[in-house]
Amino acid sequence: MNISDIKKGLALPVREFSCDNRQLFLYNAVLFNAHRIHYDYPYATKVEGYADLVLAGPLIGDWLHQCVDAWVGESGELLSMEYSNRHAAYVDEVLTGIGSVVSVDTEQQTVEVDLRIENANGDVIAPGKAVVRLCDHG
Amino acid sequence: MSGEPKQQQIQELSQDVLSAIGRQSEPRTEIVTRRDIRKYAIATGQTERKYLDGDVAPSMFHLALFWDIVELTDLMPDGVSVDTLLPKFPLEKAMAGGLELKYLKPIHPGDELTATRSLIDIYLKQGSKGPIIFYEVIMEVKDSFGNDVVWEKTTRLLR
Repeated sequence: MNISDIKKGLALPVREFSCDNRQLFLYNAVLFNAHRIHYDYPYATKVEGYADLVLAGPLIGDWLHQCVDAWVGESGELLSMEYSNRHAAYVDEVLTGIGSVVSVDTEQQTVEVDLRIENANGDVIAPGKAVVRLCDHG
Repeated sequence: MSGEPKQQQIQELSQDVLSAIGRQSEPRTEIVTRRDIRKYAIATGQTERKYLDGDVAPSMFHLALFWDIVELTDLMPDGVSVDTLLPKFPLEKAMAGGLELKYLKPIHPGDELTATRSLIDIYLKQGSKGPIIFYEVIMEVKDSFGNDVVWEKTTRLLR
């Protein structure tokens, strides 16, 4: 990937993400996260009022990172990312990672990207923004 | 819930709450293992071989590395542990939060990393549905040579 090929508005490859209850267990085990909304269905739905077991917010954040990482590959490096968790996402839900280039700085070799994870209804679960630096291939 | 102040009554934050600004955690040091990277990569559904093999850590790996390890007696009924960096807030329902991250150096197996967390701000805003408390925590991760590895700012909202 060369920075001269990247223009404002360029769309990143769309990615689909989904997390079943095995993966949800593994993710929270890796974090040592015992929050019951992630594994205790009666608690999540009856006490906290969620529709189903809830995906951990940082997992959605990680998926935003993966959208950029998969696009840039070995052609560059991620410098920064910011995102926020706006809505709950649930186990087995199919989510979509979408991104597009908002600016290109050829001098700094950096590209700014707008990102979002959406659910099937088009609700933005997590909007984000990332800056990557592309390697100079001469 | 009973015992909680009505949202309309909170016009300003108490000095007790505000005095927590500037608190800093004890530095925590962890050694990165290939096994931990692999577990994180698998659990997040990574597809990149370099992460799945644990050669280098994916971007948000530091979050798992430095997630608080607390004993069972320190877990609340909902399974969450009390963050000792924070004061007792008059509002407790956690809402959406945001994260800002700067990646300054890749993480590899064998790295010895130290994280320090600081509570840098607490402020109150009046939202359309009542007051909202914001607080901001910065986590700085450095390697054993003092090089910056990750800088992270978390903003959380309580209603």
